[in-house]
Amino acid sequence: MSLTFVISGPLRELAGNRSELRVDGTARSVSDALSLLWEECPAFRDRVVTELNELRPHLNIFVDGESIRYSGGFGTPVRDGAEIVILPALSGG
Amino acid sequence: MPETRHITPEPGDVLLLVGTMKGAFVLRADKKRKTWEMGGPYFPGSAVYALAYDNRAGRQRIWAGPQSMHWGALVRSSDDFGQSWTNPEEANVKFPEGTGAALTRIWQIEPGRESEADALYCGVEPAALFVSRDAGETWSLSEGLWNHPQRPRWEPGGGGLCLHTILLDPADANRVRIAVSTGGMYVTEDGGATWRPSNHGVRAQFLPDKYPEFGQCVHKVVQSEVDPSRMFLQNHWGLYRSDDRGENWTDIANGVPSDFGFAMAIHPRDANSAWIVPLESDEFRCTPEGKLRVYRTRDAGGSWEALADGLPQTNAYETVLRDAMAVDALDPAGLYFGTRNGKLFGSADEGTSWTELQDGLPPVVAVKAAVV
Repeated sequence: MSLTFVISGPLRELAGNRSELRVDGTARSVSDALSLLWEECPAFRDRVVTELNELRPHLNIFVDGESIRYSGGFGTPVRDGAEIVILPALSGG
Repeated sequence: MPETRHITPEPGDVLLLVGTMKGAFVLRADKKRKTWEMGGPYFPGSAVYALAYDNRAGRQRIWAGPQSMHWGALVRSSDDFGQSWTNPEEANVKFPEGTGAALTRIWQIEPGRESEADALYCGVEPAALFVSRDAGETWSLSEGLWNHPQRPRWEPGGGGLCLHTILLDPADANRVRIAVSTGGMYVTEDGGATWRPSNHGVRAQFLPDKYPEFGQCVHKVVQSEVDPSRMFLQNHWGLYRSDDRGENWTDIANGVPSDFGFAMAIHPRDANSAWIVPLESDEFRCTPEGKLRVYRTRDAGGSWEALADGLPQTNAYETVLRDAMAVDALDPAGLYFGTRNGKLFGSADEGTSWTELQDGLPPVVAVKAAVV
């Protein structure tokens, strides 16, 4: 199966200024998909999740347009061809 | 993102590292300290509470601990005064598995003693100490402090539960004192294997027991380079001096408008001289009477004089935070501080007169001074 990650912010710099990354492999959930992403871009891991393997509080991940905060978290299923978007949340001041 | 400007300090220049809630700035001046040039912002959008200049072993290295609200915190460094920065692939300061903790913020980076040129110490939130023995390549949690049985009873202050002060005893390589808000001070005499609370005489206004073994909200502690037995302490209510390396503390709030405050600096060559910026109450936390005044003692806290020449004395409701004051090593010593309202002030005559170096910065949380 193939997944497309859409990335932003400093992740792009760490991925050679690419805004999209295509990842091939087997993934049943967002957790599996992220594991594939970490293999492709190891520097992403600590910037997206904490030491406790929790999504950083001011980041959001969307699978085919739906935030995983409302669809099962890292257990959210992913389909072949899914688009996974990692975006900073609206926060700051 | 804003355009970033750079500076190129010359040998002998004074370097000011200024951390703000939205990035870091680097300023330089020659030894007269009259005209300042500013570079930055570096890490725009990230809070930079920890900055340090490291000139050990021939380095000209700036250390920084930027914390992005979105992407987390890293220790990064620059060997060209900010033109380029390391960007480690893996987070270099992180809690080990099993601690159940995740790094929130880097509060302090302290280069080791001259005798340990590759050592670095890092204080973080949640309150913990990390140590590097390989010039920042790898970091280890100080397990002795983390596993201290009193640690679960530490509580966060207004800024979070942070380890903000690290004092490396200049005369004893195994002795380190740290301060936690709110946990008080702890000291190790065996290089970090074991730690004990060390707060004798320091008040905890907010607890039923006003003089507990631990749990004080220590805001800042400074130690003399020339007489390591001499320390000064700015507490959450309370101004203190120690003449025995911090084992015992004596109240020295003699003639100050308030003994509440955050920032504190000690003279590089005179163990009797120190500076503070008193603030009005722990509710308001602004300069008393709307006057921005630095207070200086020349007699180890026996008396304090107000220094206001060049500082605003009308409607100046300023706050100077715990790490936002620094002193350089020149003679006469230069003194610098930044405010939450984004003003940066400097004095080239040990605080007697002041000049506004910058206005309009984001809220200033850290100021460090060094001679290149």
